[in-house]
Amino acid sequence: MNWTWFHKLGSPKWFYQWASNWGGRCVYVGLALLLVGVVWGLGFAPQDYQQGNSFRIIYIHVPVAVLAQSCYLAMGIAGFVSLVWQMKLAPVFIKSVAPVGAIMALIALVSGAIWGKPTWGTWWVWDARLTSVLVLFLLYMGVMAIQNALDDQVFADKAVAVVSLVGVINLPIIKYSVEWWNTLHQPATFKLTEKPSMPMEMWLPLLFSAIGLYLFAAGVSMWRMQTEVLMRERKANWVKKEVLEHGI
Amino acid sequence: MHPVRKKRIVTISVILVVLATAIGLVMYALSQNINLFYSPTQVEAGEAPQGVTLRAGGMVVENSVERASDSLNVAFRVTDYKHSLRIEYKGILPDLFREGQGIVAQGKLDERGVLIASEVLAKHDEEYMPPEVSAALEQSKAQ
Repeated sequence: MNWTWFHKLGSPKWFYQWASNWGGRCVYVGLALLLVGVVWGLGFAPQDYQQGNSFRIIYIHVPVAVLAQSCYLAMGIAGFVSLVWQMKLAPVFIKSVAPVGAIMALIALVSGAIWGKPTWGTWWVWDARLTSVLVLFLLYMGVMAIQNALDDQVFADKAVAVVSLVGVINLPIIKYSVEWWNTLHQPATFKLTEKPSMPMEMWLPLLFSAIGLYLFAAGVSMWRMQTEVLMRERKANWVKKEVLEHGI
Repeated sequence: MHPVRKKRIVTISVILVVLATAIGLVMYALSQNINLFYSPTQVEAGEAPQGVTLRAGGMVVENSVERASDSLNVAFRVTDYKHSLRIEYKGILPDLFREGQGIVAQGKLDERGVLIASEVLAKHDEEYMPPEVSAALEQSKAQ
């Protein structure tokens, strides 16, 4: 297997240039898809036979909730890479993605509460699913707090990598909470191995908004990483050259 | 692979496995506390304490809902398809409450084994469909 891409990823300079090309594209294509999915879902997709229009919040809740977990998984992998290979970009990635994931987890909690009130009859209940997602949000807060509280950058990167990696244990708990325990939250509508239990005109807009949101988050993360790379490599010659040639 | 990296991977894996096992055991031990509600079978088996606020849930049994004509009192049975439990409640039920629908009720068990509920929440399943599809399904079921 060819590992050059993996070693290239270790070079901040190479990443910076690669992200200059792809960051913007991801953001704009992502925003367009997200807009299509959300307008389609909120305005044109059919109602649910039981919940009526309040079911439409699924077009925001599900993509955001799935992305919140994906971001943390990616941070966990980056934490592992950071601890074992000590790649320069891995801690940059964790630091840049954590706030994105935290916002997604927060929107998932808030949109879930807004959905819960009309359907379940309550904003919040301490069931396993809701609580484990709250823990996910707090883990994000922890990662961000540690990163900002420690002055020694090398030490902060290490601590954050450990927290990211250990926090991954929470992800299977979130996923299987609805199967292992009695919860108010229903089981997952979408499984990788089965056909979704809703008709196509309902899940297609969801697919659009999910892919759009992923691309958008990827692009925003690349932008954030570029800024962080510039900060950390500010003494390197290529950064001086880059800034003199293109500005910031 | 470099021996130092190999050693790091082994150390990290061991720590993760130990942590995951520890958390798994804790959650297994606490599973009764993590469960949001008791099922009718658990109540029947006497696992649910009397006179303490707790939650019980299940599917509302068809034709079991009795509404008082002069008050908001309502009584119904919930089932997990093995046992059933009678629930009495005074108040407005959530919109999604209907026969055959999953619900979770919070309240206290009295000496008759009836749950006197102070709050009823509706559960819904992971199936979504447009009203026309559901109507067509009902129709084909009736035929």
